[in-house]
Order: sequence, then structure tokens, then C-alpha cells
Amino acid sequence: QIYKMAKNTNSTAFRRIDVDKYSEDNYKEDVDNETVTAGPSENEVMSLISQNKQLDALKYVLANSPLGNKNQAVRDAALTLALRVMLSFKTSQIEEAVKQLDYEQRDILMKYIYRGFEVPNEGSSAQLLVWHDKVFNHSGVGSIVRVLTDKKKV
Amino acid sequence: MSASIQKVGPAIPIQCHAWSSDRQTIAVSHNDKLVELYKQQPGGSWNQTDILDQHDLRVNDIDWAPNTNRIVTCSADRNAYVWVQGADGKWKHTLVLLRINRAATCVRWSPQENKFAVGSGARIISICYLDEEKDWWVAKHIRKPLRSTITTVDWHPNNILLAAGCTDFKVRVFSTYIKEIEPKPSATEWGAKMPFANLMAEFSNSPTGGGWIHAVAFNEEGTRLAWVGHDSSIAVADAPSGMVMMKLKTNLLPFLSLLWIGPNRLLAAGHDCVPVLFHVDSAGKVSQGPKLEEGGNVVEATAAASAKNMFKNKDRLGQELVDSRLGTTHQNQINSMRILEGNKVEARRVSTTAGDGALVIWNLASGALAGKLAALKI
Repeated sequence: QIYKMAKNTNSTAFRRIDVDKYSEDNYKEDVDNETVTAGPSENEVMSLISQNKQLDALKYVLANSPLGNKNQAVRDAALTLALRVMLSFKTSQIEEAVKQLDYEQRDILMKYIYRGFEVPNEGSSAQLLVWHDKVFNHSGVGSIVRVLTDKKKV
Repeated sequence: MSASIQKVGPAIPIQCHAWSSDRQTIAVSHNDKLVELYKQQPGGSWNQTDILDQHDLRVNDIDWAPNTNRIVTCSADRNAYVWVQGADGKWKHTLVLLRINRAATCVRWSPQENKFAVGSGARIISICYLDEEKDWWVAKHIRKPLRSTITTVDWHPNNILLAAGCTDFKVRVFSTYIKEIEPKPSATEWGAKMPFANLMAEFSNSPTGGGWIHAVAFNEEGTRLAWVGHDSSIAVADAPSGMVMMKLKTNLLPFLSLLWIGPNRLLAAGHDCVPVLFHVDSAGKVSQGPKLEEGGNVVEATAAASAKNMFKNKDRLGQELVDSRLGTTHQNQINSMRILEGNKVEARRVSTTAGDGALVIWNLASGALAGKLAALKI
């Protein structure tokens, strides 16, 4: 005899339902209503770099970093600028620059360093490793832990 | 020696520990469903005197009430047991129905020992008190606005207020006033109205960072609340000054446990395997002090020194010398810390248990450490 199964078991669409959507207990992140910055301006950064004011350019991108901005494009643009600034330094100048930053700026810088590692090109990683070493000497593993745990990503 | 290591059972990670009031017996759980009691022998070794075996799953926390001599244990099996020692010395258990559908994570007796609070993964804190008529522990729930697992609880000295740290990155202070068993509390710096489950204060770890809260601690008077988070930070909230919160981001790995050891001094320990001192000034600002001992990796120079071993290690491990032994006394993260001798105003000895299965007793009043503490007068 041919057993007729219930019709709805023919379809396997049930395997593709997102079960979490239907759970009422889900943890929802706090909606952050704080205004966030729009990111550093490219013109400002390029002009500072061309005037050989790398440290000012660095402080500028860090002060204007769009932390936690939900617009990915804004954060990507800021990352590109931050990397350009970091790579514009001569390797020998990096240590002095890091010394001039405060601990908040170093935390943000460490976040950019790790984001920079994700998009390597033409020896950028080698320079970033030097940055990483110098920031680590000041801020220790704590800054690396905060790259992982901070809610406001760069 | 300022840090003395004690052997209480096998070298299996210790999840939690609690001391009897005379400090002669310690209750530990080695990451399993058993709670073992060890008594110190003359001569310094520890003998196992009892095994409390009632839970079905891992025991997550133990607390031992000093005055009533009751032990409370809570477990991943969603239960808590209250243990009372009979005249014959044997421990009798009473099941407490917490009415939760997830694991219980932490438990603490209230200062007057007539209540205890259990945090759980069910986003509920169960406040349990003894119903005298029925001789039965009743649990009342605090739910709102907890949104995730409660990892740590600590009581305010007034026996009513409870601080709770949670994996939703927040620290909250609740009222646990139960009118059946206690008189109406008078106002404190945390507020005046204290109906059961009222949220008195809430502090968020996330605008300035993130990370689960691992430990909370009220100071002796209950005017300040300190906590440590997984973003390697330590923070103190000061109620009298209007709930001002001061946070310090450290250079170290995250802390898992926290104690007040003086009116302005905190001791925190965690993934760096060594307790670290912190100072809180009158404005509430936190500054980092010294570690209780210097670490750094210890290179095992004994067997590895021969050339043959060096090449063998280079081939097998990628480095010549084996340096995996830590220079600190503990070899793994410290997850539980208790005041052994003294109190929150002046702690003289502190005990820590860690993932290396070791119990270490730190003598804060002894030479080297006392010097470091004295130097911490900023």
C-alpha cells in the first residue's frame, strides 16, 4: 500500500524559517539615540598630510571617528582615511606619535589597526604591525580586549 | 610568604568557594555537581570531611552564612539547596524551588541571613525567604527590567537592597523588601521608596564600552557600588553624590571577581591570575595600584636546557624554550575571591580559587604586601 503522508511534509521550507524571529524572549539591543559624528572630512585629512602634519591628521581622524554610526559606508570611509594617515607616517615617527595620544585615543586607534588588518594591501600590514606594537606598549592587552567588547565599533 | 598555596582536592578547576564562620572549613566545588567540605588540619593540610551530593548538574555558586551556619548552593540544574548541620555533624538538605527554567548562576545570603538571592539565566533573580509556618523556602521573582543572564549579586548592609550584574551590560540595584518577614526600611542614599522588585538605580557599561558584568560589590556602608566588566574595566558608582559613576579602563585582562578591602580600596582578580589593588578617591575616581605579585612567564630551564631538547621544542612547538608556566602563583584565571580574615573596612587575609584548582591565601598585612598597600596612599 502506498501511504499518503500529510501534504505539508513534502516541503522542506520549514527548515529555512528563522526560529529566533518568532521567539518573544529575544534579547534586543538598546536602541542608542545618541547623535554620532559623521566622520572626518577627506579634504581636511589630505591637507594636513600634505603639510606634513601627520600627528594632527591622526588626532583629527581619531577625534572625528564615527564610533557606533549605523551607516556602514560612513564607517568605511573613515577607516580608509584613518589608514591613509597611519600609513603616511615614517616608521620611526610612530612611537613618538603614540606617546602624544591619551588612553581614549589609543583605544580608538587600536580598533582602526585591527580593522586595517582585515583589508591588507601593499605592505600595509607591516606598517600596522609597528603601530600595533607601539600602542600595545602603552595600552596593553586591555585595549585589545576593548576592540572585541566595545559596543561602539569603528 | 605573602601568598600561600593550599591543596584542597585534585587540580581540577574550582568554580566557587565559601568559608565557615570560624574559617576552619571551606566548601568548594570542582566544576561538578558535588560540594566538598575540607577542614584544615594542624600541620596545614586539608582533609575532606563531607561531600554534599544532591545537585544533578554543575554547582555554580556556594555561600555560607556565618551566624546561622547554613550553606546555600545553586546549580545549573535550576535548583538551590539550603544545607543545615545537625547535632551529629551531618549536613541535611532542603530543596528550594526557584521556579526558573534556566541555570542558577550565583547565590548570596543577605546580611541578616533571613533571605538569599539567586541569579539565573532565566533573567530572573529569585529572592528566597523561609516561611516559618510551613517550614519551606518561598521564592519571589524580580524580572523587570532584566533582559539577560544575571551573573553576580551583592547585598547592601540594610538587608533590603541588592545589586545585580547582568550580561545585558548593566548593573542594577533592586529592593527585595518582603513585608512578611521584615519591617519597612528607612530611606537610604539609593532612594526612599522600596517596594519589592523596585529598580532603585541602573548603570550601563555600554555607552562607554561594553562587556558582561562579572562581579558587583557594595562597600561597607552601602554608599558605593563597584563592578568589573569584560571590557577590562572597573567602575564605582557613588550614591550620595547623585549616582555619579566613574570608570577606569585598564591595560590588563578582564577581572572576574571583586572585593572591597578598605573604605577606599578594591581588590580585583581575574584573567591575569593575580589580584590587583585599586584606589578610590573621595570624588569616586578609580586608579590602579600594584598587583599583589609580579608575574611574567617563567622559562622552564631544567630539562629543556640541553641542545637536543631545544631543537626538539623548536620543531614541536616553534620555540626553543617552554615558557608556558606563569610566574604568578595561580596558573589559571581567578574566578572567586573571599575575605578570609577581616572585613570590608580592613581585610587582612583574602582567599582566591582559580581554574588551576588551587586555593591561595593572600596575607595583606604581611611585609611585602603591606608595603604595597601603604604605598597606595594617593
